[in-house]
Amino acid sequence: MKLREIVDALDLQVAAAADDLEREVSGGYASDLLSCVMARAQAGNVWVTLQSHPNIVAVASLLNLAGIVVTEGSPLDPNTIAKANEEHIPILTTPRTTFTVVSQLAALGIRGVD
Amino acid sequence: MVKPTEVTRVQELVYELKIGDVMTKRLVTVTPDTSMAEFKEVLRVNRISGTPVVENGRLVGIISLEDLIKALSEGDLEGPVCERMTRDVRTVSAHESVIEAVKVFSQTGVGRLPVVDEQGQLVGIITQGDITHGLLKAIELDYHSDEISRYRASHIFEDIVSDRTSLLLRYKVRARDFTRGGEASSKIKRALIRLGGNPQVVRRVAIATYEAEMNIIIHTDHGGEIVAEIQPEQVRVLAVDHGPGIADVEQAMQPGFSTAPEWIREMGFGAGVGLNNIQKCADEMHLESTLGVGTRLQIVVYLQPRGEGGAGASETS
Repeated sequence: MKLREIVDALDLQVAAAADDLEREVSGGYASDLLSCVMARAQAGNVWVTLQSHPNIVAVASLLNLAGIVVTEGSPLDPNTIAKANEEHIPILTTPRTTFTVVSQLAALGIRGVD
Repeated sequence: MVKPTEVTRVQELVYELKIGDVMTKRLVTVTPDTSMAEFKEVLRVNRISGTPVVENGRLVGIISLEDLIKALSEGDLEGPVCERMTRDVRTVSAHESVIEAVKVFSQTGVGRLPVVDEQGQLVGIITQGDITHGLLKAIELDYHSDEISRYRASHIFEDIVSDRTSLLLRYKVRARDFTRGGEASSKIKRALIRLGGNPQVVRRVAIATYEAEMNIIIHTDHGGEIVAEIQPEQVRVLAVDHGPGIADVEQAMQPGFSTAPEWIREMGFGAGVGLNNIQKCADEMHLESTLGVGTRLQIVVYLQPRGEGGAGASETS
């Protein structure tokens, strides 16, 4: 499933890298601990997190993730958006909680890494 | 990011290339008193459809096949070129961008434009065919230089012969500089990909380096340095800082052990799995630390499998 289809299905706001939504999503991972994400998330995954500071972009870029869903309307640092545009990492936002987003992703057939 | 105007390479080139780069420099000209009969021969011999008219090195007009056809239909080939040439000649300058010539061609519909230098001296002639040809050549050159740089990057270790060749990449890492967090590891990752590294192995190097980089940003007093030594068979990443040092290295290696303050934990760091992550990604890891002096972390990832049972390059993470 393409990231764009997820954006449409979950009604996510695209905060950065709006031109990079055609990536095929290989699975999903959810955590707010960057080290855990570094250790477990796989290339092409969509990452669901509450974190919104610029380092989420560094992590997503290093792991070549398909995109980041920032939950609970967590306010995005302008640096985060600038960096995400630069690195072509889509940032999608939603007022819903991580739990809800993950369950919606699962309903779309997006699987975890384990 | 929204890209309002996507500029193609051809569009870029139309601005980058100068008229002087693509024009025809081999000039065929006639003088004002050349007869139309002689002009006909000039066209035939050179297989062209028009020429500039030059008097004492100065451009005074332009004459074309069309003018010749008119002369032929009137049966007058003995008269001089100056009677039939176009005197009000539109010219372009050799130092202008090709786009200027493109504009004149589309505005005027003329087939060729004389090119003059800064002194107004005729130096060449440009047709739409010259522009197409020049663009194609430039694109081909781009393509070649791209190929060449790719070749160079991935063959660097084969081309340079020594007993032990390595590429050293050094990065300064500043304490508390979270906005640049992950920069060194991203750059090392990019370099390894350019050098043709296996993506799975590159990923392990990237993760281990990222953790080391963030440790320097989060925990040190004055930052430190990351040095990646890339060799054909392995990457050695050295992360060095000058304090504060780790009190109990064995304890620091335990998953979950962390000394990070609350504000760092809030950013999603300091969960204490960093060193653990590094160990999982590395084929070798050496950590030396002295409290009050500093920490020296060495990570080695094998780029090529080492014999049997090596923790090496072929594993999937």
